[in-house]
Amino acid sequence: MTMVRQLFGKPWIWAFLATLATFVVTILFTGGASTVGLTQAALTFGAFSVIVGLGQMFVVTLGPGNVDLSIPATMTLAGTVALKVMDTQDGLIWLGLLVTLATGLVIGIANYGLIKLLRIPPIIATLSASFIVQSAAIWTNRGIRIKPPELLAQFSTTSTLGVPNVAWIALLISIAAWVALERGLYGRFVSAIGQNMRAARLAGVPVDGVRFATYVLCALLAAITGFLLSCFSGGAALNMGAEYLLTSIAVVVIGGTAVAGGFANVPGIWGASLFLFLVVSMLNTYGASAGVRMLLTGVIIIAVIVAASRRPSR
Amino acid sequence: MKVLTAERVRLLVPSLSLAVLLVAVFWLQPRTMSYTGLNLLFNLAVPIALATVAQMLIMMVNDLDLSMGTFVSFVACVTATFVQTDPLIGFAILAACIGVYALVGALIYLRNLPSIVVTLGMSFVWGGLAVLLLPAPGGVAPDWIRATMTVKPPFAPMAIVASIGIALVAHWLVMRSSLGVVLRGVGGNERTVERAGWSVLRARATAYALAGFFAVLAGMCLVGLTTSADANIALRYTLLSIAGVILGGGEFVGGRVSPIGAVIGALTLTLAASLLSFLKISPDWQIGAQGAILIIVLAVRLLLNRSEARGAGQ
Repeated sequence: MTMVRQLFGKPWIWAFLATLATFVVTILFTGGASTVGLTQAALTFGAFSVIVGLGQMFVVTLGPGNVDLSIPATMTLAGTVALKVMDTQDGLIWLGLLVTLATGLVIGIANYGLIKLLRIPPIIATLSASFIVQSAAIWTNRGIRIKPPELLAQFSTTSTLGVPNVAWIALLISIAAWVALERGLYGRFVSAIGQNMRAARLAGVPVDGVRFATYVLCALLAAITGFLLSCFSGGAALNMGAEYLLTSIAVVVIGGTAVAGGFANVPGIWGASLFLFLVVSMLNTYGASAGVRMLLTGVIIIAVIVAASRRPSR
Repeated sequence: MKVLTAERVRLLVPSLSLAVLLVAVFWLQPRTMSYTGLNLLFNLAVPIALATVAQMLIMMVNDLDLSMGTFVSFVACVTATFVQTDPLIGFAILAACIGVYALVGALIYLRNLPSIVVTLGMSFVWGGLAVLLLPAPGGVAPDWIRATMTVKPPFAPMAIVASIGIALVAHWLVMRSSLGVVLRGVGGNERTVERAGWSVLRARATAYALAGFFAVLAGMCLVGLTTSADANIALRYTLLSIAGVILGGGEFVGGRVSPIGAVIGALTLTLAASLLSFLKISPDWQIGAQGAILIIVLAVRLLLNRSEARGAGQ
C-alpha cells in the first residue's frame, strides 16, 4: 500500500497514466489490429521529443524565465548543414556528426553570450538568436532537398530487438541525463541554481559555468535531434523544427518538471512525449478533422496540467 | 520638478530607437516622408500595437501569453465571418472570448499553474477553433471596420493617430487609474496587495480580461486592414508582442511595464521590417536582420542604463 502511495507521489506518474489511457482508447477503436505499429511509431516520434525535451528540461530547471526558444531553428540548421556536408556519402557521416555538434555548440555559446553580455531575459535572447539561426538555415537550404547517406537513412528508420534505433539513442541520452541529474555534480548544481541562485552562488556553485554548460547542452541535443530527424524523414525541411518549440516545453511541464525551476524529472519526459504523440494519433484514429484535433489537443494538455498540479498552500 | 523620472528614462531608449529607424527610412526612401508614405509605413502597426498592449497587461502580472498570435487570428476569423453576417452572434462570441481569458487568468492563479504552459494549451484551442471556422482563407471584413481603418484624418494619417490614441488610453489605464495601480501591484508584490485587502484572484482575472479585450481589438483592426482573414493570419503576433513589450522597456517580472513604450516598441518592429526591405536585404536574411536589430537595441539599452547608474552613483 505504501508502495502505491509512493508511486502516486511521483510527479511523473500522471504523464504515464495519461499515456496508458490514450493508448488503450486508441487500441479499443482499432480492435488491437495496430498495436505493434502504434507502439513503434510512438517510440520513434516520442524519441525526438524526448531528446529535445531533456535539453529544455535542464534549461527550465535553472529557474524562472529560463527557456530556450531557439530549439526549432537549431534543429533545422543542424539538419540542413549536416546533410549538405555529408552529400549522401556514407564515408562522410563522421563529418556530418561533427558539423552537427559544432552547430549546436556555436548556437549554445551565442545564446548564453547574449544572456550574459546583454543581461537580457533568456526568452528574448534565444528568440533573437533563433531569428538569425533561422535565416542561416534558409540561406543554406535554398529549397534543395538533399537525401541522407544510405547507411544513416537505414539506421534511423529500422529497429534493433524490436525497438526503433532512434528510441535506443534517446534511451541512452536519457540514462546519461538521469545519472547527471540524480547522481552527478552537474545535476545538483543545476537544481541548486534553480531553487535559489543567490544561495547557490554563496555556496560556491559556479553559477555562470553551469548555466553556460546548460544552454550549450540544450543546443547540442537540439542539433542532434535535427540531425536524426532529417535522416529519418529523408531530408531536411525548413519547417521541420517548428512543432518542437511547443512540444519541448509541453513535455517538460507535463512530465512533472517544476516550471519555477529547481526540480527536474527525467522519466516524466518519456511519459509526456509518448502521451503527446498518442493523443494526436488517437484523434486521428477517431477521424477528427485538423481543427477538432488541435482543439482537443489543447483541452487535453490543459486538463492534464490541472490534474497534475497540486493545490498551492497559500 | 524632476525632469528625468524613472518612467521617462524607461521611454528614452525605445523613442531613440524609433527615431533612428525613422531617419534611416526617410534617408533611404524620401518619398515615405508624406501623409500616404507614413500611413503605408505604419498601417500594420496598429493591430500589432494593440496586441503588444494586450501582452503587456499579462506580463504586468508576471505571466506570459503564448496564445496571443492564435487568439488574434481566431478573432480575425470571427470578425470576417460572424461579425459581418450576424453582428449579434459575432459580438457574443467575442465577449465570450474575453470571458475565457478571465477564466484562464483565474485558473492559472487558483491552481498555481505556469502561464506559459496553459496559454500554450490555449493556443491549440484557439488555433483549432480558427481552423474549424475558416478552413481556407476567406471571409469579408465588415464595412464599418473597413471604413474606420481607412479614414483619413487631417494633419496625421490614421495609423499615427490610432497609435497615439492606443498609447494614451493604455497609459491612463495602467499608470493613472487606480485599477492599474492594483494590477501593477500584483506583479510587484502579490502578497502585499492581498494583505491590503484586494482580491488577487479578481485582479488577475481583470488583467487577463483586459488583455483579451485589447487582443480582440487587434484582431478586428487587422481584418479591417486585410479585408479578409485566415486561421494563420496573425501567428507571428505572439513573438512580435513579447518583443514589442521588451523593446518598449517593459520587464518580465515585477509589474514594471510601460504602455507608451510598448506602443513605440510595436512601431519600431514594424518599421524595422520596412527598413530591411528598403535596404534590399536578401529575403533569406530578413528574419535574421530583425533579430539583429532586436539585439542592437537591447545592447544600447544596457549601455544607457549603465551610464545612468554610474551617473546616479556620483
